[in-house]
Amino acid sequence: MDTLAFPRTHYLNAEYGLKSWLLTTDHKRIGLLFLGAISLFFILGGIFAGLIRLELLTPPGDLVSDDTYNKLFTMHGIVMVFMFLIPSIPAVMGNFFVPIMIGARDLAFPRLNLLSWYIFMTGGLFTLYAIVTGGVDTGWTFYTPFSTLSSHSNVMTAAIGIFIIGFSSILTGLNFIVTIHTMRAPGMTWFRMPLFLWAMYATSLINVLATPVLAITIFAVALERALHMGIFDPAYGGDPVLFQHLFWFYSHPAVYIMILPAMGVVSEVIAAFSRKSIFGYKFVAFSSLAIAVFGFLVWGHHMFVAGMSVYGAMIFSVLSFLVAVPSAVKVFNWTATLYKGSISYQTPMLYALGFIGLFTIGGLTGLFLASLGVDVHVTDTYFVVAHFHYIMVGGAIMGYLGGLHYWWPKMTGRMYPDMWGRVAAVVTFLGFNLTFFPQFVLGYMGMPRRYHAYPPEFQALNVLSTAGASIMGIGYLIPAIYLLWSLKYGAIAGNNPWGAKGLEWEIPSPPPTFNFDKTPVVTEPAYAYETREK
Amino acid sequence: MHDDKTASPYEPALKHHFDDLGQQHEAAMLGMWLFLGTELLFFGGLFTAYMLYRVWYPETFGAASRTLDITLGAVNTMVLITSSLTMALAVHAAATDERRKLMAFLAATMVLGAVFLGIKGIEYHHKFVEHHIPGFGFQFEGPAPERANLFFSLYFAMTGLHALHMIIGLGIMTVMLIMAWRGRFSARWHTPIEISGLYWHFVDIVWIFLFPLLYLVDRHR
Repeated sequence: MDTLAFPRTHYLNAEYGLKSWLLTTDHKRIGLLFLGAISLFFILGGIFAGLIRLELLTPPGDLVSDDTYNKLFTMHGIVMVFMFLIPSIPAVMGNFFVPIMIGARDLAFPRLNLLSWYIFMTGGLFTLYAIVTGGVDTGWTFYTPFSTLSSHSNVMTAAIGIFIIGFSSILTGLNFIVTIHTMRAPGMTWFRMPLFLWAMYATSLINVLATPVLAITIFAVALERALHMGIFDPAYGGDPVLFQHLFWFYSHPAVYIMILPAMGVVSEVIAAFSRKSIFGYKFVAFSSLAIAVFGFLVWGHHMFVAGMSVYGAMIFSVLSFLVAVPSAVKVFNWTATLYKGSISYQTPMLYALGFIGLFTIGGLTGLFLASLGVDVHVTDTYFVVAHFHYIMVGGAIMGYLGGLHYWWPKMTGRMYPDMWGRVAAVVTFLGFNLTFFPQFVLGYMGMPRRYHAYPPEFQALNVLSTAGASIMGIGYLIPAIYLLWSLKYGAIAGNNPWGAKGLEWEIPSPPPTFNFDKTPVVTEPAYAYETREK
Repeated sequence: MHDDKTASPYEPALKHHFDDLGQQHEAAMLGMWLFLGTELLFFGGLFTAYMLYRVWYPETFGAASRTLDITLGAVNTMVLITSSLTMALAVHAAATDERRKLMAFLAATMVLGAVFLGIKGIEYHHKFVEHHIPGFGFQFEGPAPERANLFFSLYFAMTGLHALHMIIGLGIMTVMLIMAWRGRFSARWHTPIEISGLYWHFVDIVWIFLFPLLYLVDRHR
């Protein structure tokens, strides 16, 4: 048993004052800076979501006008995708744990890391400004020609904001790849790395290679609005569908930027709480890379009804089916890891198990959408909305919360009340399903997305969905309360409260500024739970 | 920051979180290559758009392309390739610890870069006089002037983005020159020179693709 004493000096009390935070190059502090920022954005995006669900409680558009509704779902999407989900796990837990898990003192480029936080905040402020001064109504996808020719909302400011934010994720991704390549501790070979690092590596590849395409595309939209370049304007011979190709070339891989890190977290948590090494480690590791690579080749499945040759559509359809293979490899291997494991149902584990179930539903309904015939029927309906929320909320946010609960004791040195954690995980899971499962049915029945009014026969399912959203809101509120509470009153965690494997559990909680007194030497594979003799 | 205890000989250039200069060098080089990968895809979006419309509208794009000044374009290509040579020589001078040579070659690179931008400015001025700048009283004598507008939009977006990279490059070279003047580099450690060189060559290569795509295709007609 570890001695449960709080370390005397650690990264949180090494220096005090605002300046010591705003000018820090410590990857752990930068991770916390991101945590603070994206938590605020999550609340903002959540408020928009709440207003959307309130409006949809009744068939007529009675709470907000149609214009306001357009702005609500646009800003919900922009804030949640660009300012919460994409940075979420990499910028918070990746920043905090990538160096620690490979036995390094910091990321390769600490100042660049701080710069990426400032870039993120600058872009975030631009986007906030766009929201405060009237909002955007194009949908988070900025489809042309509406965004370039027709919309009278703050497209320009929001586009600049997203352009800027993109460079934050590029720099973070670049930092991770270089760190993982060059700074692994002696003995930390590629195949001894925890799977979270493989996931971070694959995510970073997408960040580095896909984000610049979004940047130049959104930049072209801004230029088009300001100077009428004509790239996406049919009046000049431009093609609005080209925008969709370029946009989805980033934004489909962006889905994997959101889900791969969550998969990495789940691998860590499943291994730790079933006391087994991950079944088929190499398959899970390579499946992360496979998802990243295939993810670049499937963007066309967002455009089956936008005008595309039959052969093009067939190829995109087949490739989209192929992404299901590495995804299923992960799900099966996690399940096989659980088999005969010594499972304990603590809070992080509940989130991880929830992730597996919800991700499976989200993934399988993705196959419906990859099928050409079915896709034509359900395109732009609530079926699509339900599908991607199962991935992005059921998958990515469950993984994010699982990771936050798994590593919270390490980040803060304090435990949260596990009972409340479990309650929140279960409430979130139930509320989530109540919110989004009815939307599958609604979509299949033909309810289109992005309308503020709907025929009365859809009301029952919409009421269920709104009720679920309020339950889910409570599920998110509970952790906010007890995690803050734990900062002061939580039990002292000690080095390794879960009895988990990994370099991060061998150093004090919270860790000292330079993580390791001396560079660790790794002698065993990741998740060597079975070899531990007691 | 400077509390390193493990590295035995004191290295002023070594950052605290690296074990040795070799590791630090490797990290910086890999970081720059990845950044160039990002840059490649950044330009890639515009290249894709250009290629698409070039294939769709060969007549108009050909006619618009023939209004570009091929002499100035070719001279500029020579200037830029020469600047890549002086940059490579600068990296070599850094590796052999010849500070005066290093400074001379850096300065030569900067002068050539400035000449490139100057010639580009003359070309832009010609376009302005000819009313070929989209959004500023654009006029074009030809069958489909709105598509020529598209050509020149892409021309200015691509060469403008390239010129912006050149300007940033000149800024980097200024910093390198000051660092070299202060004697910060040695044969053991001159990583900033090397990665600045990589950046400079990349910007050069972008032009090597821009020149034929914008100026030369369909020139024979």
